[in-house]
Amino acid sequence: MPPRDETAREGGGDATPLMELRNVSKVYGGGVLSRTATVALDDVSLTIPGDSPQILSVVGESGSGKTTLASLLLGFISPTSGTVLYRGSDLSRLRGARLREFRRDVQAVFQDPFAVFNPFYKVDHVLTVPLQKFRLGRSKAERQELMVNALEAVGLRPDETLGRYPHQLSGGQRQRIIVARALMLRPKLIVADEPVSMVDASLRATILESLRTVNQTLKVPILYITHDLGTAYHVSDHIVVMYRGGIVEAGDVEDVITAPKHPYTRMLIDSIPWPDPRRRWGSEETGARNGVEVPEDHQGCRFAERCPAAMPRCTQAQPPTYLAASGHAVSCYLYDEKPTLPKERLSALLTQHSSLTSA
Amino acid sequence: MVATASQTATMLTPRSRVGRATSVLRYLRRNPLLVIGLAMFVGLILFATVGTFFIDPAKDPYPLAGPASKPPSAEHWFGTDAQGRDLFAVMVVGTRLSLKIGLLAGSIGLAIGIVLGLVSAFYGGWLDSVIRWIVDVMFTIPSFLVMVVIASLLRQYISIENMALILAAFAWPGPTRAIRAQVLSLREREFIRLARLSGMRGPEIIVRELLPNLTPFLLAGFVAALIGAVYAALGLEMLGLGSQREPTLGMTFFWMQRFSALLRNLWWWWGIPIAIICVLILSLYFISFSLDEWANPRSRRSR
Amino acid sequence: MTSTSTAPRTDRAAGTGEPVLSVRDLRVEYHTDAGAVRAVNGVSFDLMPGEKLGLVGESGSGKSTIALALMRMIKEPGRIAGGQILLHGRDILRLPEKEMRQVRAAEISMIPQGAMNSLNPVARIEDQIVDTLEDHSPKRVAKKELLEKAHAALESVGLRREVGRMYPHQLSGGMKQRVCIAIAVAMEPKVLIADEPTSALDVVVQRQVMGTLLRLQEELGVAVVLIGHDMGLMAQSVDRLAVMYAGKLAEVSPIREIFDDPLHPYTDLLIDSLPKLERRGTFRGIPGLPPSLHSLPPGCLFHPRCPKAMDICAEQVPPYREHRPNRFVACHLHEEGHATA
Repeated sequence: MPPRDETAREGGGDATPLMELRNVSKVYGGGVLSRTATVALDDVSLTIPGDSPQILSVVGESGSGKTTLASLLLGFISPTSGTVLYRGSDLSRLRGARLREFRRDVQAVFQDPFAVFNPFYKVDHVLTVPLQKFRLGRSKAERQELMVNALEAVGLRPDETLGRYPHQLSGGQRQRIIVARALMLRPKLIVADEPVSMVDASLRATILESLRTVNQTLKVPILYITHDLGTAYHVSDHIVVMYRGGIVEAGDVEDVITAPKHPYTRMLIDSIPWPDPRRRWGSEETGARNGVEVPEDHQGCRFAERCPAAMPRCTQAQPPTYLAASGHAVSCYLYDEKPTLPKERLSALLTQHSSLTSA
Repeated sequence: MVATASQTATMLTPRSRVGRATSVLRYLRRNPLLVIGLAMFVGLILFATVGTFFIDPAKDPYPLAGPASKPPSAEHWFGTDAQGRDLFAVMVVGTRLSLKIGLLAGSIGLAIGIVLGLVSAFYGGWLDSVIRWIVDVMFTIPSFLVMVVIASLLRQYISIENMALILAAFAWPGPTRAIRAQVLSLREREFIRLARLSGMRGPEIIVRELLPNLTPFLLAGFVAALIGAVYAALGLEMLGLGSQREPTLGMTFFWMQRFSALLRNLWWWWGIPIAIICVLILSLYFISFSLDEWANPRSRRSR
Repeated sequence: MTSTSTAPRTDRAAGTGEPVLSVRDLRVEYHTDAGAVRAVNGVSFDLMPGEKLGLVGESGSGKSTIALALMRMIKEPGRIAGGQILLHGRDILRLPEKEMRQVRAAEISMIPQGAMNSLNPVARIEDQIVDTLEDHSPKRVAKKELLEKAHAALESVGLRREVGRMYPHQLSGGMKQRVCIAIAVAMEPKVLIADEPTSALDVVVQRQVMGTLLRLQEELGVAVVLIGHDMGLMAQSVDRLAVMYAGKLAEVSPIREIFDDPLHPYTDLLIDSLPKLERRGTFRGIPGLPPSLHSLPPGCLFHPRCPKAMDICAEQVPPYREHRPNRFVACHLHEEGHATA
């Protein structure tokens, strides 16, 4: 394997996180105060360090902002306010060599295993182009070897895969090629946006396993974005739960799933159809409030109108983030007797093991 | 996951033994109209090319090449017109000229259309708004009337090349719009995003990723532009606004009308040019109709 | 490929009378450039009145094709190549199209995949329901009465009457899907086929919509065929489950028994491939790929991927038989003379 010139590419030392979202908001249509505006992300701050090779899940449903988060991190869209930083530099201002470095460092696996291939080219195209653009592999033979190794690493047979057109392969195979591509480029971060939701159930585990392998053997952190708590539970170390543009709960995945604190997380977990006929769906009704009026355009907690535990103060101002338990943060007034957690420490919480004690 | 049954059947096709050539042939078999159109068109081309061996292009299609108003004979296969032109030569050269005008105007129009359409759709913003506005305005102008006005003003100075330029000036909005629409729909496709992640920048993405997928539309656009130009040229010429000197098909029609060929029963003078013009128009129409279907698969009858 | 033995004694839920729907040896083919493909290859099952039957399988298993076949809506390049579909004893495959049109929606109805995206964007909701009612009324009924029925249908799926005046784009995904359910049950059919009714919906909305569907099902006593790929959803929603693989039925059993003791190795692996919210790291996939319908393996279609494959599996197609009371499976492991695992 060709050695990468690590020293030349190291940015500003270990202290600078790889990627950072600082108070990022993204609003579509109209200004922030307009009625017709859709707030996709509301003042979100998140840091992804480059040195801690973990798998972080961002879980949310449609409208939660998780896809917007992915697009911002990949530089496809710009924030309405706040900044997205790559190694300390504003992503929207990157040009030339620095931009290419960013592209090399941050790779992605997308949701649709068909649309991600250009139907005009054979599937080799998605592998050969980045090898060429990023100047990996010093000869044709070396590049071929890189491709073959990557494909084998995800469980594909190169002789059955290379040279074919996308429509000749199954969805699972195509998705594995994209994972192979990501690992072949040895990035510093992989953003996986719903990588298995369009793949058959029986193949999901295999594809997620390959992502896990990339994470463990190549030490590449992975941001796993999904609506499926089940796969998030099995694949990741830490989890961030999003609802309508904001983070509502975050922490060690075992804690958050087995002892969810935010009412939304609880509702989410309850709604998952358990593959066991004896364990029926929870029978809580949603929207049953204890008589609390939730006006339409209030400035409080985004979840108030669906929350079974809504209180009057929930409609007045958005709750801050509290450290509800060791390594477990939640954004809900139900925990207001706990210490608050400043945004900067949220990232630390997501990288440490559950031994993090309150500040 | 959410695959329809027929999608599934396609998905599970093994490594296709069917090459591109075979699938083209198969498509031709299922579209008789395209085959007829192509046959007629190729026939015309053959007529125009092979025919030149039998005539003297410098002399025969022009006045005083032979005795006036003579019916077809061994010497003048299609007869002569009132000014002594050998009609066979006129048809041969005329066909060639009509096609040349169409090709020239069509190519220029398409080239402009590709550039503007790609740039407009890919980069968006104010550039897109400006181009779109111009295209919209062009569409509201009755182009044929304007061309008539321009041609009448330029009467004696019209040559084949001038006419092609005038036609091209009105041929580009159509391709621009069509290509812009296609690129817009392709721009958000995920393979474009993946190309960005692979380090490609705008212009390279346009050329390497977008253009190859546009080939059916480019082809359809080219044929449409060509046909439009041929029709417009014929139209202008039939009104007498074509090149006064060159024996184009439309001008022949004009002269034939001017000299009352119908009333004088000079059947070879009105019959043969009309027949050839009909063949030209029909063949182009059949081809464009079939290509439209190819470029827009949703209108294809289920296979 | 050798066909299976004569149509097996069809299955039924524990003696509750005559089945409302009986499928016998159904075969559906598709013509592709590379030859004919059997999307559904000899499927037989019974559906009792009021029963909920789940039909689960991966891409290419043929489950959506069965849905279309049951409604006799298979179009070129597909065609129904054989078998019977008995609705109340009447073979609907033999009916002239005119009569079939009456049967559709009135006796057997479907919520197709992606239904919520197929609502007419320029028609009000109540008009769309009225259209269905009008199309299938045997005689002319006053518009007012039809509107009443439409409103009643909306209420039965938990939507306010005012929703009828709205257009599809004004509704959320869950609401649109409920409208589709309302349209499908407007004529109170005996059989309802729901093809992936919640695949585009969020988990929370999914639970609400399924709740609506199941409650309605109970009220109307309609038998439901629920088609999907989510075993968890099946576990929560159906009485019996049919597992399909490459166009054939692998196993059909009551839902509890299938999870407690799956008879077919494929079912077992499918259950294992579900990420449960406990015991981290225990979720694994099924190796290999589903076979191409153009080149099916000899013998049992699953044997190349089966961890329990035996020699006979590569040679003979296992017959589909009732091996335990009301449990049907096609697997050599359960045939006489072979040790069960």
